[in-house]
Amino acid sequence: MRRSTIPGSRASRRTIRLVGIASVAMALASVSFASPALAAKKSGAPVDPYVAADAKAPAGTLTGAGSTFDQPLFTKAFYVYNQQNSGVKVNYASIGSGGGIAQFQATTVNFGATDVPMSPADISLAKGGQVLQVPVALGGVSISYNLPGVKGGLKLSPAVLTAIFSGTIKNWNDPKIKKLNPKVKLPAKPIVPVHRADGSGTTYIFTNYLSTVSSAWSKGPGTGKSVSWPGGVAGQGNEGVAGLIQQTPYSIGYVELAYALQNKFTYAAIGNPAGKFVLPSKASVASDAAQKPDVTTVNFSIVNQAGANSYPISGYSWALIYQLQKNLTTGTALVKIIDWTSHAPGQSVASSLDYVPLPANIQALARSTLLQVTGPDGKTILLTK
Amino acid sequence: MAQRAVLERDPLKEDQGPDGITGKRLHLPVMPDGLYRTILAAAAALFCLLIVALVVTLVVQARPAFVHFGLGFLTGTNWDPVHVKYGALPFVIGTLETTAIAMVLAIPVGLGTALVLVHAVHPKLRAPLSTAIELLAAVPSVVYGLWALLVVAPWVRSIIEPDLARTTGGTGPFSGPQLGIGLLLAGLVLFVMVLPTMVAISRDVIASVPKEEVEGAYALGATRWQVLWRVVLPSARVGLLGAVTLSTGRALGETIAVTMVIGNSTAIAHSLFSPAATLSSVIANQFTEATEPFHLSSLIALGVVLLAVAVLVNATARLLVRSVGRRSASSVALA
Repeated sequence: MRRSTIPGSRASRRTIRLVGIASVAMALASVSFASPALAAKKSGAPVDPYVAADAKAPAGTLTGAGSTFDQPLFTKAFYVYNQQNSGVKVNYASIGSGGGIAQFQATTVNFGATDVPMSPADISLAKGGQVLQVPVALGGVSISYNLPGVKGGLKLSPAVLTAIFSGTIKNWNDPKIKKLNPKVKLPAKPIVPVHRADGSGTTYIFTNYLSTVSSAWSKGPGTGKSVSWPGGVAGQGNEGVAGLIQQTPYSIGYVELAYALQNKFTYAAIGNPAGKFVLPSKASVASDAAQKPDVTTVNFSIVNQAGANSYPISGYSWALIYQLQKNLTTGTALVKIIDWTSHAPGQSVASSLDYVPLPANIQALARSTLLQVTGPDGKTILLTK
Repeated sequence: MAQRAVLERDPLKEDQGPDGITGKRLHLPVMPDGLYRTILAAAAALFCLLIVALVVTLVVQARPAFVHFGLGFLTGTNWDPVHVKYGALPFVIGTLETTAIAMVLAIPVGLGTALVLVHAVHPKLRAPLSTAIELLAAVPSVVYGLWALLVVAPWVRSIIEPDLARTTGGTGPFSGPQLGIGLLLAGLVLFVMVLPTMVAISRDVIASVPKEEVEGAYALGATRWQVLWRVVLPSARVGLLGAVTLSTGRALGETIAVTMVIGNSTAIAHSLFSPAATLSSVIANQFTEATEPFHLSSLIALGVVLLAVAVLVNATARLLVRSVGRRSASSVALA
């Protein structure tokens, strides 16, 4: 997943990403942000012993690379953290999850970030030893559309959504869409499905959902960060897809939720397993995520969960760190900042950016994972003061 | 010009012997020929090495894909990372099609502009017009992409495509939904992007046609059209082919602007209005997230294919230039 609120910056950022692949050592702008967000301070969360313990985090610069979905969160959260624990700076290169995994495997960065956890095969290629994956962000995927004259209220069942993206439902006035939307004026125009051109965690979550609700899709295009789409047009990034939808009448596509919320898009209510049509929102995605407390790095999919208020298309993003931190100073700074980000202070920053705050059990998973990180002396880093 | 050069050389004259060659003239420390030659050879070798290194790196990294898919990589029409099937044919076709659209437009327009600049415009206007066209080359690719996506695409969707469909009956290459973005728009953007190259080189080539020939033709009573058509263009054609070759090279490899407007469909386009993809656009799109088996090596293999296509086009152009050159030489001999 990836997003940006400045369309003009996209392609130039893409160039940066490509260059970044070749060498993450390049000087990306260090974390900076226009308005000092103090959301974390206002949250009034109960005092967290671990976070409280790191009042004096070691100074230094950390480097990270990966998911573009995490970039707005990391930029702002690391800035706020820097203001509160002055000294720790993070250079995060949002070069995409795949690039992040590659840089992390080669140990050229202190941490990686990915929308789809590293597979055992990925992990076997990591040069820095045992890999730990920490959930840091939660998000949903909205189905946005452009129907001239229709301002909202479109409902789509899983079967109809799959049929639209499979190309079996070709026109907006198809009886199957009409049946779900008797009050919406549906034109006799061909549907233009819009999807992502670049490999993307958003695509992974969306195709994971389609594969879950449709055996035909799972046997056909399947689940992946890039799949072979049966039709339609494609744009780069959330902003590329969003731009195509806004420009092309009678189009429909999937856009990462925070991006859709911030840009006030028209999106469809999707039928969930409880038979209810639910609009995507922070609450409905949180409800979906809450249904599956036992998320692991292998069993990480949370699409199509039960619950009357659950929005069925959602997923987590993960930070990658090595279990053994060979440099105690860097390791301590890293563990503390990831812990901070995945818990109350960082997650309230996330919420202010329209990410869905991590549920308590997932925050606990992040904590228990981080407690496994040790320094060169074999001591648990998070417990050291 | 010539006179100024003479003036500039004047101060040296005192130092020169009667034959103009004496050691006294060189006030700078004398660089031995051997060292000079070594430096030049090193510079030349560096470039050869770079190219060799590039090709070797590409081929080595693409090897897994070529070994695994064999010739099927070139003939396959399916690009499916999920099921580990990679075929480059749709992208080879997309690359050639967008380039062809661009060149079909750029050759007459570019050539016409160059002729106008050299032969039909007031000399005082020539410099500003040339500068304006050369400035087009300085516009970043991304800006062309944005302009095409936000400004041109709606025109193409609401004016050009419906008109084309209406006048042609909407069949064959003019059939299907009119989306604005797609092959046609990508070709149009490339046309604008290669135009400066086409114009700048053609202009220089046309301007270097010997004045005596042109004036001679006028003196014999030829009209302007006859002069341009019968004297200027035939005399310049080898250079003009060079302009076409360079422009084609630019069109083949252009990435970002094309990626933004081509629609990025991995299926073979059945119409000019269809979305498609080029070799470079697929690389740009999928490189960052290529984590599936063979995905990365297949993308690098696309780079090898692109290099091969570019070399082939260049070689064809060279052959053309040689045969054209020979023909013009023989026509001179006949005359």
